[in-house]
Amino acid sequence: MGPEAVVLVFVGAVLVLARRQRVAVLDEFCVGVKEGAQAAIQVFPTLLALMTAVAMLQACGVLDGLVRLLQPIAGRLGFPAEALPSALLRPLSGSGSLAVLQEVLQRYGADSTAGRVASVLQSSTETTFYTLSLYFGYVGIKKVGCALPAALAGDVTGMILSALTVHLFF
Amino acid sequence: MLNGIWLGLMLISLAGGMLTGRTQAVTEALLNGGKNTLTFMITLGGSMCLWSGILRVADKAGVTRLFARLVAPLMRYLFPNLPTDGAACRAMSMNIAANVLGLGNAATPLGLQAMKHLQTAARHKEYATRNMVVFAVLNTASVQIIPTTVAALRAQAGSAAPFSILPAVWVTSLGAAVVAVTVARVFGKE
Repeated sequence: MGPEAVVLVFVGAVLVLARRQRVAVLDEFCVGVKEGAQAAIQVFPTLLALMTAVAMLQACGVLDGLVRLLQPIAGRLGFPAEALPSALLRPLSGSGSLAVLQEVLQRYGADSTAGRVASVLQSSTETTFYTLSLYFGYVGIKKVGCALPAALAGDVTGMILSALTVHLFF
Repeated sequence: MLNGIWLGLMLISLAGGMLTGRTQAVTEALLNGGKNTLTFMITLGGSMCLWSGILRVADKAGVTRLFARLVAPLMRYLFPNLPTDGAACRAMSMNIAANVLGLGNAATPLGLQAMKHLQTAARHKEYATRNMVVFAVLNTASVQIIPTTVAALRAQAGSAAPFSILPAVWVTSLGAAVVAVTVARVFGKE
């Protein structure tokens, strides 16, 4: 039984409990699906805008330049320079940073310092820009307050801690 | 603010593409944006709908109330001015549970639902309340117990111990979440 069995146990428990409380399971399920579909349609414009902008940013070469600029600094601060591209891409694109992580793992080895740091970072933080625009875009919030600085503070902490923990634990 | 970020991303990409001579790649990214988002939506959207359905049943069956009670101490600390068994807290509790278990596609519809509930309590509908900021930031830092996708990639790349990163992941993701939430709480306005 793998960790995915959690999902089966959860769904099973939900159905049994719902039956016991005489919930009209299929009807409620379908209402939920409809809500999900409405939410998906509602976030589509924001998603399209952001995904296109991030794809363009990746294509335009600015990120590569930024990596080259920051690599010597990161190396001096103890952050493996090879893991920097995936660290910079992480807040912007989930699929993009996953692809870069795969490249790091293949090229430097999954058990190299860079491979470990990139793995820890990928697992520990989320796609910041995507999450913020999705959540605030969905309810039409125009002024997001300190959400971006706070989220980025978390991302930077993630970068520092990923290098530090790999250093300490291996 | 989001307007500014998007404008900034677009202008940097356009200018960068012209400066580095990668106009073709940038144009392609622009023109394929619609298609790629739609493809992404079909995979993500389907799974999101399925989870919305399951979680609606879970809510009716009282399962979400159970989860809310389980994480009530955390919720009281993060959102002191919200009732722990209210609709917003129920959705947020389930969202946190789904994130921790690595079920991103289940977490998203719950998160969106929670934002809507939080907004009904807001006086100015266009301004983010502190609760909204704390909750959204908690999601950008997402604490995860078992990173299945990354572990699979590591195994595929020939790692001797794909799960050996777990303790480091726990410390890092918890630390990042604590810092992000603290900044949001200290500098957030009601």
